[in-house]
Amino acid sequence: MVSWFSNPGSIRQRLLGFLLVGAAAMAILLYFIVRSVAGQLAQESQDNILTASAYSVVDSTRVRSGELIVDIPYFAFSMLGNLSDERVFYSIRLGGEFLSGYEELPSLENIDGELAFQSAEFLGQDVRIATARRPISLSEGSSVLEVSIAQTRQGLSDTLARISGLAAALGLVFFMVAAVLATLIANTTIRPIDRLTASLSRRGPRDLRPVTTPVPVEMEPLVTSLNGFIGRLKTSLSRSEDFIAEAAHRLRTPLALVRTQADITIRRMERDENRKAMRDMITAIDETSRTAGQLLDHAMVSLRADDLETEKIALPVLVRDTVERMTPTAELKDLDLEIGTLADMSVRGDLILLQSALENVVDNAMKYTPIGGQIVVGVSEGGLGLALIAVSDNGPGFPKPGAEPLTDRFARGTNAEGIVGSGLGLTIAQDVLRVHGGALNLTNTEGGGACVELVLPSV
Amino acid sequence: MRFLLIEDHAPLAKAVVDRLSLDGHVVDHASSMADAWDFIATAAYDLILLDIMLPDGDGRDFLSRCRTEAQKTPVIVLTARSEVSDRVSLLDLGADDYMVKPIDFSELEARCRAVLRRRQGEARNTKGIGDLVFDPLAGTLRKDAETIQLRPRELRLFETFANSPGQIFSKAALVDRLFSFDDDVTENAIEVYVGRLRRHLETSSVQITTVRGLGYKLDT
Repeated sequence: MVSWFSNPGSIRQRLLGFLLVGAAAMAILLYFIVRSVAGQLAQESQDNILTASAYSVVDSTRVRSGELIVDIPYFAFSMLGNLSDERVFYSIRLGGEFLSGYEELPSLENIDGELAFQSAEFLGQDVRIATARRPISLSEGSSVLEVSIAQTRQGLSDTLARISGLAAALGLVFFMVAAVLATLIANTTIRPIDRLTASLSRRGPRDLRPVTTPVPVEMEPLVTSLNGFIGRLKTSLSRSEDFIAEAAHRLRTPLALVRTQADITIRRMERDENRKAMRDMITAIDETSRTAGQLLDHAMVSLRADDLETEKIALPVLVRDTVERMTPTAELKDLDLEIGTLADMSVRGDLILLQSALENVVDNAMKYTPIGGQIVVGVSEGGLGLALIAVSDNGPGFPKPGAEPLTDRFARGTNAEGIVGSGLGLTIAQDVLRVHGGALNLTNTEGGGACVELVLPSV
Repeated sequence: MRFLLIEDHAPLAKAVVDRLSLDGHVVDHASSMADAWDFIATAAYDLILLDIMLPDGDGRDFLSRCRTEAQKTPVIVLTARSEVSDRVSLLDLGADDYMVKPIDFSELEARCRAVLRRRQGEARNTKGIGDLVFDPLAGTLRKDAETIQLRPRELRLFETFANSPGQIFSKAALVDRLFSFDDDVTENAIEVYVGRLRRHLETSSVQITTVRGLGYKLDT
């Protein structure tokens, strides 16, 4: 019990538990109160009738010329008989001396006043006895007339049993209504928490907008501090993104100068070993600038993902534009960059981000496809309301076990040696697709080449 | 080809001019938009290379003014920023293409070719070499009624020879012209491409000859 109170557990269950225990206690209390009140009332009414009966006997006694004449009136018993199928006993005593009726009927010892009641057992049955007294004057002196009327309590206990059943039913109904209400109350109380949880858990990994879900006053401090926390996280993220963008930008102009001068120098070089060194230098510069560019793209994807501007994008147009833009680069490597089948599919999304994703995937394919190879970009319907942009090549394909980790930041395949790359390309593409509710699939084609599918929900 | 380079960073501009001159191009350099308009008014250019950040304004303004004044010269934007959002708006404003610095000059050449191919349609400058008609934009060699389509590297190799007939090119020099610096290639690869070109030229008077120990040259 102690641990049940102290461990966090479930607020809903605890609330429900308390409310139900309370309702059960109330129902039981209700049962006993109804029962005892009803019992008392029944007892009182029986006592009243017994009193009336006893007094009617007492009232009908007369003293005629010093002699006591008891004439028991008919209605003295008929009023009792009406009550139910009970047995009635009586006894009349004068100054403690038995006159008439059932002698064994217990008489009350030491009673004060005119009227008294008692419950007793008589002839094996529970009886209620009312005793009325009246002093009378007889010829031999004054004495006390004592009339006791007894009635079995069978009817009373029947009535009590009926009332008890009713009270129990009432208590049960009360408990059930209370249980339904308790469930409703528990749910209503929990609902703002559920709503807040849902609105937070629905968020994408990069959604850092403040929480605006309306919450009860009690939860406001929690939401305020949560928003404060989100704000600090966002500031810190955007500061680092700004820094990356600025750094990448600052790198480019001097790199461009070095790259161009190196390009000129290599033309003028006579000795092959110098030329080799210069080639290595240019390769390193290219790698640096590519990484800088991708860091910038990555930062930009994170920034735009926060506040996605979506529009309807026809995938065939996106593919044609991208392929046209990248064809000169493909030609440099003697690669055929071709457009495959273009299904007429459209998606909703950020054009700039999707272009960036596709460019990175195609760029990746170009890097790993050997000279003279072929890359085909096509659009197809993926079923289940999905659109696919597939970029397949006839290069060496992805290393077989676990192609997936390649989409981690800076992860590169085991067969990537000797190829310039930062390992950010597929990460950028995957981030973009995740933001759009899509995914990046890495597979190998039947011919052994790599196939990257950009999966997006179609419209 | 005649280029106009609009770039305010003087050392970089000089290097780019030098580099393009090495390939036999004529390059004028303007360091501001105002200078650029003066150049455009006095000479006809095949292509404009435009930097976005200029001392007297944004290169984008230059682009939109080009388009409103029906200035037909193709523009390739050179930008130090690589935000993709920039690139898209550049193309919207009428740039024919863009490149992010540092520039790979082989790529620049390929892009120029693509832009000019798009712009000029069928009305092209062709060059007669021996008994062949060479179309550098389309990448074709025509002899009588027969047209040979060259693959990109064959085209670049042939163009290198055709621009300087009789000049001897070493294998190493040809590697630099043909392959990007990322490619890990040996000089044997050059033999493959020379072999392919020779097959295309079998019936022609134009021949690639081997100069033992030095390299190759084009004889017409």
